[in-house]
Amino acid sequence: MRYLIILFFLLWFGFSSYGQFTLSGKITNEKNQPLTGSHIHTKYLNNASNPIGEFEINGLPKGELRVYISYLGYKTCDTLVDITEDVVLNVKLKPSETNLEEITVKQKVSQVSNSLAEQQISKESMERNSSKTLAEALKEVSGVSLLKTGTSIVKPVINGLHSSRVPIFSNQVRLEDQQWGTEHAPNFDLNAAGKISVIKGASGLQYSGDAVGGMVVIESTNVKQDTLFGKTMISGSSNGRGGTISSSIHKGNPEGWRWNALGTLTYFGDREAPDYVLSNSGNRELNFSGDVSYVKETYELSAFYSLYNATIGILSASHIGNVTDLYNSINNQIPYIIDDFTYSIQHPKQAIQHHLMKLNYLQKLDESSSISTFYSLQFNKRNEFDLRRNNENKAALDLQLTTHSLQSDYKKEWTQFSFKTGISGLFQNNFANPRTGVRPLIPTYVRFDTGLYGIGTYEIKEDLVVDGGIRYDFSTVEATKYYLKSRWTERGYQADFWGIIVDETADQWLTKPQFTFHNISASVGVRKDFQQDWKWLNNISLSNRNPNPSEFFSDGLHHSTGQIELGDLRLKREESIKFSSSLSKKWNVFSMEVNPYFHQITNFMYLRPVGFETTIRGAFPVWEFQQTNARLFGLDFHSQWNIHSNWQHKFSFAYVNGEDLSENQPLIDMPPMTISTSIQYKKEEWNGLLLELQSESVFRQHRYPDFNFETDIIVDGEFVPVIVDISTPPKAYQLFHFYSEMKFKAFKKLDTTIALSVQNLLNTDYRDYLNRQRFFVDEMGRNIQLQLKINY
Amino acid sequence: MKNLKIMALALTAIFTFNSCSNDDSPVVEEELITTLIATFVGGGQTITLTSRDADGDGPNAPVITVSGNFAASTTYSGSVQFLNELENPAEDITEEIEEKDLEHQVFYQISNSLGSFTYADFDTDGNPLGLEFTFVTGANLGTGNMTFTLRHLLNKNAAGVSAGNITNAGGSTDIEVTFPVIVQ
Repeated sequence: MRYLIILFFLLWFGFSSYGQFTLSGKITNEKNQPLTGSHIHTKYLNNASNPIGEFEINGLPKGELRVYISYLGYKTCDTLVDITEDVVLNVKLKPSETNLEEITVKQKVSQVSNSLAEQQISKESMERNSSKTLAEALKEVSGVSLLKTGTSIVKPVINGLHSSRVPIFSNQVRLEDQQWGTEHAPNFDLNAAGKISVIKGASGLQYSGDAVGGMVVIESTNVKQDTLFGKTMISGSSNGRGGTISSSIHKGNPEGWRWNALGTLTYFGDREAPDYVLSNSGNRELNFSGDVSYVKETYELSAFYSLYNATIGILSASHIGNVTDLYNSINNQIPYIIDDFTYSIQHPKQAIQHHLMKLNYLQKLDESSSISTFYSLQFNKRNEFDLRRNNENKAALDLQLTTHSLQSDYKKEWTQFSFKTGISGLFQNNFANPRTGVRPLIPTYVRFDTGLYGIGTYEIKEDLVVDGGIRYDFSTVEATKYYLKSRWTERGYQADFWGIIVDETADQWLTKPQFTFHNISASVGVRKDFQQDWKWLNNISLSNRNPNPSEFFSDGLHHSTGQIELGDLRLKREESIKFSSSLSKKWNVFSMEVNPYFHQITNFMYLRPVGFETTIRGAFPVWEFQQTNARLFGLDFHSQWNIHSNWQHKFSFAYVNGEDLSENQPLIDMPPMTISTSIQYKKEEWNGLLLELQSESVFRQHRYPDFNFETDIIVDGEFVPVIVDISTPPKAYQLFHFYSEMKFKAFKKLDTTIALSVQNLLNTDYRDYLNRQRFFVDEMGRNIQLQLKINY
Repeated sequence: MKNLKIMALALTAIFTFNSCSNDDSPVVEEELITTLIATFVGGGQTITLTSRDADGDGPNAPVITVSGNFAASTTYSGSVQFLNELENPAEDITEEIEEKDLEHQVFYQISNSLGSFTYADFDTDGNPLGLEFTFVTGANLGTGNMTFTLRHLLNKNAAGVSAGNITNAGGSTDIEVTFPVIVQ
């Protein structure tokens, strides 16, 4: 056996066209020395690399291209390249006597949109965040921020919006994992992603019509070369005193069988803030994913399965009883429970399992058209454990969500025009187990959706492209919900909804509310390329989002915020129009992209305080889902400057401004302005040494609605009125992060990378506006991480 | 292949878990405390203070009743009882609190210096628990508020807590009820 490494670096703004493409790159040996005069052979043209190992083949047509690269004494590289744009192919040839093989493939698959900037997450970001969450890897995209509940529950926020407004797709399947909840992180193992894209808008109509905030599209690794390789990543972290082991094995094949398998184990104890232990913040994950596909010239059959299995501790001190406790937490600034470090996870905690199974069949009808059909089954089991008086190990929330979906897509390409259409159906059953002994947050329901879309791209000229699409969605939901008779009356439902009552108990109504929606969504865009690598993309998207189960049905006390949250059966769908523009330019050593947007949302659903209710536990503020007209605008900026062959500078900036137009006040929970700068030094000759220092500045959010409220707390038996300050955002903060890596050969055969990184280098105390636990504790302190990556 | 085994197991699990999916029965609320009953015996009379919140976290406020007025300069021996009356028969939560006495403490507060409380029961570490207490009224007459607070997972060793001062206790509040009382 001999081996070789192939790296495909495809440009961010690649773009399909039938025009003339260039394949270029550099041929080196393992020590990065150029291999002068290597032969590059294709069916169109042959070429030889110049004295510094570089080659260029011009005038290539679109399509798959077989490329052979050979050099005497080295193993010939035989690879398929998908030419949809100018491609850079850097190849490291391996001496012929070596016998292990590794191929890392990073390849642009079909783009979601031509007119909306699509940001790909770098492999580096995925690997560096191996022991963290999906959302943390997305953060490298300017305009993506994090909504956190503690340290392990992290959701992506795109241009100020999140949760139900930002669906996540894994291999085309929309993750149905109770994503409406701000404390429900995506049930996805980051290590299983081959490629992740962030789309900052609703233009991906082939996926959905309700991605008001944007979407995250994940594809698993798919290797087209005939090869077998594996990768193991081991990460150990000082903060949390744990780590992650993730191991994968991939079998590629241009035709015939391909398969991949991956397993990840994560184990962490309590995290630590600079001044104290964040008690009960440990987490565990045990994940598996695998797929098998059989590929022939005209068809492709594949089966995919993944399991995400996590147990996440919820900070002990965030469990509070009433408003007095909340007031005390905010004012004391120190959590009321600080125990010694432990690995054990107590209540409150979440235990989640997500199974995703998919069968896909793709049939090529001719050279330019194909039909792809898939069926997927998802089963999500979410158990949330709260403190119980009798220590019983029974969940306080037990939701079992089963989702079946079926989708078929037809794709056809002409020389200047490409078209895609599809039809989809979804059947979903949510079961809220009543045996928890706690009224469930959301009820049992059954949902049926169907959708139909068509999207097209027309290339007017080589440098001018328009795209557009339209989608229709039908959705019907029927829930089975018990309302306390007192709540039913307080909500004023009797007049409007008496017809949905089907039964009663002594103090509750059993109701079967049913909702039906017909939604039309659309997207149009234009892309113009100018001289000297200027690119300008414009897109306008119309999308509609139906109220989610929590917006309709929430009904009860939220223990970590000390508030009663109420849904509303009268809510209407949310309608969004987003205009987004992107201008990018590449100079020789400097490139930049600026992305302004303007977003108008009618019937924007959000929680706002409406009053107080008194229970035997004391007083609670009541927050109700209401609708308003919202407007968001903002700007994302990113630049990269290759100062010198060894030095690189990166800069990104994001600002979003959200306004509630009906109330003339800022929207709640908008991410503050952020600036991130990094400087990197790289020296290939010194075992690929890489040193990076990153600075992250998060400003104070000055635009926030004042939802502070006055309540009486009891001091020495007297009622004393106090203001509970739940609105004021935390101070600005600045963090520094360090990263370094080197590459070695272990046992002469294994390509090994060792990385040492430090997050929050200065052990800074800070709190973040978008962390739901900011009332209770500081964020995590310094974390030193050692990572070992082995390719074989 | 171990992975295949896991996969097969997982698939079986999907269908097994799914099989229990049509249960429309109402939730029997097990975790609520609906009722607090404080009983004072002294001066030849028994005074009962009751707070009953039949709809739990629902919108209705608890119903508060005070059976009589306290007499000045009198010593009462008191006890407090917690019930969940949504279960049938009603569950006596007091027993659970006694079992987990290290995690709980009841605090008493009274305004206008109408009287003072002392603890009469203690947990296994010798710290106050507060299900039983002594209440002594002073010579002052008048009206005031008497507040009962049950804290869970508090810090019993914090300053003043063992003397019944709630200020530094921390923990989460399970019960907080205030009764209007008269000393005459």
